[in-house]
Amino acid sequence: MISFVVIILASLFFSGIIVRTKSIASGRKGPGIFQPMKDIFRLLKKGSVYSETSSFVFQIAPSIYFASVLMAIMVIPFGKSEGIISFDGDFIFFAYILALGKFFSIISAMDTGSSFEGMGASREALYSLLVEPAFFILMGSFALFTGHTSFHDIFISLHFGSYVAYALGCLATFVLIMIAMIENSRMPIDDPKTHLELTMIHEVMILDNSGFDLGLILHASNLKFAMYGALIANFFIDTLPFYLTIPIFFAVQLIFAVAVGVFESFSARFRMNHNAQFIFALTSIALLIFFGVLMVIGKFI
Amino acid sequence: MIIIALLLILVASFLGILFLKVRYKGILTVLAVFMTASISGLYAIKVLLGGNIEFILSGTYVTGEIPLRIDALSAWFILLINFTILTGALYGLQYMKSYRKQAINISLHCLAFLGIQTSLTAICIVQNAIVFLFLWEIMALSSFILIIFEHYRQEVIKAGINYLIQAHIAIVFLYIGFIWVGVRMHSYDFKAITEFSATFPQLTSLALFLCFFIAFAIKAGFVPFHTWLPYAHPASPAHISGVMSGVIIKIGIYGILRLILLIHTDFVVLGVILLIISAITGIYGVMLAIIQHNLKKLLAYHSIENIGIIGIGIGLGSIGLGTNNYLLTTLGFAGSLLHVLNHSLFKSVLFFAAGNVYQSVHTLNIEHLGGLVKRMPHTSVLFLISALAICGLPPFNGFVSEFIIYTGLYKGMLGENMFPAFVMLSSILGMVLIGGLALLCFTKAFGVVFLGKSRHNSHNIPVEAGAGKLIPMYMTTVLILAIGLFPGFFIQLLSEPLKLFTAKLSSPANTAAFALNISETIKYIGWSSIGFMALSGIIFFLRKKITNLHPERLEPTWGCGYTGETEKMQYTANSFVRSYRKLAKPLLSMHKKELIFDTTFPGKSTYETAPNDKIEEVFIDIPLKNLKFFFGKFSFLQNGKPQFYILYGFVFIALVLAIPYLYDVIKSFIAFLNQL
Repeated sequence: MISFVVIILASLFFSGIIVRTKSIASGRKGPGIFQPMKDIFRLLKKGSVYSETSSFVFQIAPSIYFASVLMAIMVIPFGKSEGIISFDGDFIFFAYILALGKFFSIISAMDTGSSFEGMGASREALYSLLVEPAFFILMGSFALFTGHTSFHDIFISLHFGSYVAYALGCLATFVLIMIAMIENSRMPIDDPKTHLELTMIHEVMILDNSGFDLGLILHASNLKFAMYGALIANFFIDTLPFYLTIPIFFAVQLIFAVAVGVFESFSARFRMNHNAQFIFALTSIALLIFFGVLMVIGKFI
Repeated sequence: MIIIALLLILVASFLGILFLKVRYKGILTVLAVFMTASISGLYAIKVLLGGNIEFILSGTYVTGEIPLRIDALSAWFILLINFTILTGALYGLQYMKSYRKQAINISLHCLAFLGIQTSLTAICIVQNAIVFLFLWEIMALSSFILIIFEHYRQEVIKAGINYLIQAHIAIVFLYIGFIWVGVRMHSYDFKAITEFSATFPQLTSLALFLCFFIAFAIKAGFVPFHTWLPYAHPASPAHISGVMSGVIIKIGIYGILRLILLIHTDFVVLGVILLIISAITGIYGVMLAIIQHNLKKLLAYHSIENIGIIGIGIGLGSIGLGTNNYLLTTLGFAGSLLHVLNHSLFKSVLFFAAGNVYQSVHTLNIEHLGGLVKRMPHTSVLFLISALAICGLPPFNGFVSEFIIYTGLYKGMLGENMFPAFVMLSSILGMVLIGGLALLCFTKAFGVVFLGKSRHNSHNIPVEAGAGKLIPMYMTTVLILAIGLFPGFFIQLLSEPLKLFTAKLSSPANTAAFALNISETIKYIGWSSIGFMALSGIIFFLRKKITNLHPERLEPTWGCGYTGETEKMQYTANSFVRSYRKLAKPLLSMHKKELIFDTTFPGKSTYETAPNDKIEEVFIDIPLKNLKFFFGKFSFLQNGKPQFYILYGFVFIALVLAIPYLYDVIKSFIAFLNQL
């Protein structure tokens, strides 16, 4: 329960911090931290314009997408306390429920009958397919490392002992950050600030969404960031008491957001046809972690 | 008694179908299907709740005693076969209305339909090799007749003959297997297989298993034995595709499972072999499904993919048997048995939906479809639900079975040494890729066929299918949802079939705790799925409330400032998968034909792609071409002159007579040489 609350809280600030970092890095005055949330609230209160081509799919898709992200957040534990939903193999449920949301966002883009949105949908489907193996292997490695198969059990019994284990933790954090960037269509894969439809992925899929639906989709993206931030934070908070874990949690989220901002300020987007290789490289890093785990627990001959 | 009653129903309906008017033939078939299904279903339910049924028929001199055994495994298969056959018959009743003029053809079709139901049910029961082969042949022939309903179309008859040949190759392997056992054990009872594997070394049993496995793999469509499948499904009428993909290919899975129950061998090796073949099958099936342009062919390749998932479950279970691990055995076989049921449900709905599309638009080419969601709302919703289920997404049934297999794979990874961990990890990787690719494939299929605008100017406006077609689809969809939301109940049903498998373990440790743990987890999934649906409902309700307060407008789709919008500007299926196709290029075989203008003024340009099956090319087309080339060298023999043919006959007889003489000559010559 506590994880759900703190993730929702963190999601309110997350994109504000990214935007603020980027404006500081580029020497602009920039908007305040709350500006993105203000924008979303404004959108929620606005009327909508729908495409003539669209059908009921276009209407229900944003709600289901948002619900899927909320559901995924419920699975995530917080230190000692379990998530609202917690069972053996819950990370499979986590990945599949997110995939359900993605399915709907893709078909809602196809529903408008636009050439641009179809393009974005095609890329989104391909990239999400390529990024899934990395996540599953990562979780598999930690299942092997700890001997458990649920988020909560894995995180509470995750005690790094050797230097190799710390290296693995760092690698895992890197993989998770990269997965978060890809899932949210951020910098090395997709540039949220681009102005050309042909080079967009996520932004182009939601060209025809407006009003309440657009607000939901934008906030779902904040939630996803905070959700992956929470996963990363879980690596570090161990089983400490709450008065320590909650500050650590927010510190991790802050560092994550600032890192995203800095990274986006000083790097450029990949060429579209290099994305696939990059994403699949994550899977090989995850495999590296797997072999590292085999080595640490002494199964590797 | 029951058998006589069943036979009476069959004979009566056979005669009835032959002599009734066209209109009543179908109705009679459905009635007969319903009656036989309910009789065998009742027995199956009884068995599934505990207890076995065994009759021994006295049989004939040739066959020996014919044991009829219904155990929980047979019962599970009988139930799911009869359900899909029944919905298929109901759907077919409406689907065949447009073919009423072909009265004789329809009688044959109805007879074959009854034949397939009877033979499939009987295959699950009969445990005598000779009768089994006889029934298997009836099944192969009746499905051949069902496939070639539209035999006046060339591609249909071609697909049918392709199927017939491959089905008989399967039968040859079955013959070899049964004769092998029969010769050694002097018995055609299935129990002889158990005795066989007890008396001979494990390696021999493994070879026997592989021999049977090839036969069943051809039926089930494991790669590289799958090549008949993508032709047969598009060729047959929609209800037959649904039944074929739903249950006929599953009889191969039944065979494999039955054999695992009977045989004793090195189950770890067997499991690893199965895992590897299945992972390849799954990935290859879905990889080819993505690039198909024909909706039914796409679905056919998905059957191959799902057979792969089922196979991964069976492989996992076998490794569990081999390592004496109760948890893996249960999870593996439970996952695969449940997935057999799940696949038969969503795949039949998908094929029926494709049938609705075909009968209303008269094409299955995805590139020509689009925008059907407004014209055929029921069909699109049903297709969407089944598409989500086949991708294994919660809250539908596909997720439950895939989740069980995933859990098993993760648990198996925690074993003692490195090798299983690695095999399990590769299988997980396979499952994840299958899931992701399926998502790509079905967003394409649903997005292009049902959403957007129509891509082709056809003369007739598509209309929604009638209630007669939709009701069987809704029946199946209810079950899809029920399994997704209340999986605990269905897992409970599986407990008897699973006991058959776990009985093979030598000393299962604290089984009750494990079983409880699993069913708790499964129930948790059901509740989470219900919670998810409720959450989506609440959010959608709030959205409705809030958006109703504000004005809504309809405008054309955003075209980046371009106002002359046309349906040709939509993304096509081919372009949707273009980046995937480029990535997977080395593994695929695409035939491209393009004509691109290079003059100053644009002329007509065309671009065509035809997806081919690379494994089919390597394993079937190229050897066939070489064989043809080799035998072509002897074509001078076939010169069409009767005198020559008589001469060949004479030469043949002379050779046959001369061989023993020549043999003697050679022998005496060698003896003479030895004396030197």
